[in-house]
Amino acid sequence: MSEEIEETKNIEETTTDERKEMEDKVISPEKAEEAKLKARYPHLGSKPGGSDLLRKRLQKGQKYFDSGDYNMAKAKMKNKQLPTATAEKTEITGDHIPTPQDLPQRKPSLVASKLAG
Amino acid sequence: MGEDADTKNINNSFLPDYVTEADVISTVEFSHRGDLLATGDKGGRVSHEPDFDYLKSLEIEEKINKIRWIPQHNAARFLLSTNDKTIKLWKVPVLKPTDLMVEVSPRRIFANGHTYHVNSISVNSDCETYLSADDLRINLWHLDITDRCFNIVDIKPANMEDLTEVITAAEFHPQHCNLFIYSSSKGTLRLCDMRASALCDQHSKLFEEPEDPGNRSFFSEIVSSISDVRFSHSGRYLLTRDYLTVKVWDLNMERGPIETYQVHDYLRSKLCSLYENDCIFDKFECSWNGTDSVIMTGAYNNFFRMFDRETGRGVTLEAARETGKAHAVLRTRRVRAGGKRRKDQVTVDSLDFTKKILHMAWHPTDNIIAIAATNNLYIFQDKVSYDIQ
Repeated sequence: MSEEIEETKNIEETTTDERKEMEDKVISPEKAEEAKLKARYPHLGSKPGGSDLLRKRLQKGQKYFDSGDYNMAKAKMKNKQLPTATAEKTEITGDHIPTPQDLPQRKPSLVASKLAG
Repeated sequence: MGEDADTKNINNSFLPDYVTEADVISTVEFSHRGDLLATGDKGGRVSHEPDFDYLKSLEIEEKINKIRWIPQHNAARFLLSTNDKTIKLWKVPVLKPTDLMVEVSPRRIFANGHTYHVNSISVNSDCETYLSADDLRINLWHLDITDRCFNIVDIKPANMEDLTEVITAAEFHPQHCNLFIYSSSKGTLRLCDMRASALCDQHSKLFEEPEDPGNRSFFSEIVSSISDVRFSHSGRYLLTRDYLTVKVWDLNMERGPIETYQVHDYLRSKLCSLYENDCIFDKFECSWNGTDSVIMTGAYNNFFRMFDRETGRGVTLEAARETGKAHAVLRTRRVRAGGKRRKDQVTVDSLDFTKKILHMAWHPTDNIIAIAATNNLYIFQDKVSYDIQ
């Protein structure tokens, strides 16, 4: 007998949950989509617009280490004194000699990178 | 620029990818008088050859991001174009009556001004200077000086971990040479006055729509990122495009837009897959007509939308060749979110998300529009304008 009562209770709870879920869908399809995304990628960070996503956006495009360029730049350095450039300028363009350590990791696939962190 | 863009219709399944990719039109712009139309494509035609930054082996994308005409003062015609890194000034030769297309020739190269990818260029009303914007900085150049520029906006944080937003577009005011606007990935607009200070990190006005905390979701910030901002011809209003809407703002009111138009609200229930396939990051442009009474923007499935500001009504059109006749009238289209599909309706699930109308231009005075649909350029004309000819 007690089993029967429990069963009834469970059914009632489920109906309430379902109703809430339906309400959510009606109120906000965006929230339903968010739930779907989080169900597929449970490790997804809570701050989507955060610096990780933006930094990957800024780094669009592959960068490679090129030994020919490395040697060319080294030769150029020997020939003239370079004016001091601000730190961030040497990061991408300018007369900075590229080294393997300078170059960022090869960009992983975009879906994977969005999931990191 | 090879073949007539109108007849070119490359079928992806028959040609290798690199051919199709290079032909994709990436920018369209009418000249100030509306007598010339310039297009740039991903293959760098109109201008750029692929070039290498030799010291870093960073391959610079050839794709032309933007083209802007220089207001004409004498017989000579010039335009500015930019790829991810370099801005170039081109001379446009005088057209002979028999010319359909002309080859532009490079005159100046404005290089090494940007560390990050250039997203905008805008010629000042003084016709002497122009601005160029990348993700974190905006520079001011003089059209005659190629070896230096002034940095006027710098939002790069000392620590890149603190980065919260990037610059997405920038434009000079059409009349006031000291004012310019820039938009951000957080959906804000900043109006800056170059007379107030040399470095415009402080804005004169900040335009931001307050967020409804109840509606906030994972996607809220991403879909609020402004992909394009345009001053009205009058200089009194701004038009912005974010992922789902176009908005009109009054320069005198910072607290929110005065008009909001839903471009494709039915995509709200598709945001999860649009995030997964990166479509949610697509950057659509928007445009005013010559009298600022109609606004236009692109969407998916080669659809584009026009909104009449006076009536508030919108219409959906498709950039496609109507079978048969060359001068057929475009039919309006309807997208149905769900339920039974009626004739002439397209369901959301059948939309082709690879067919995006990102780039477009409206003739400065006439009702003629240029729509770039992947590797095709469509020119549409208002029936009245056509009949008058």
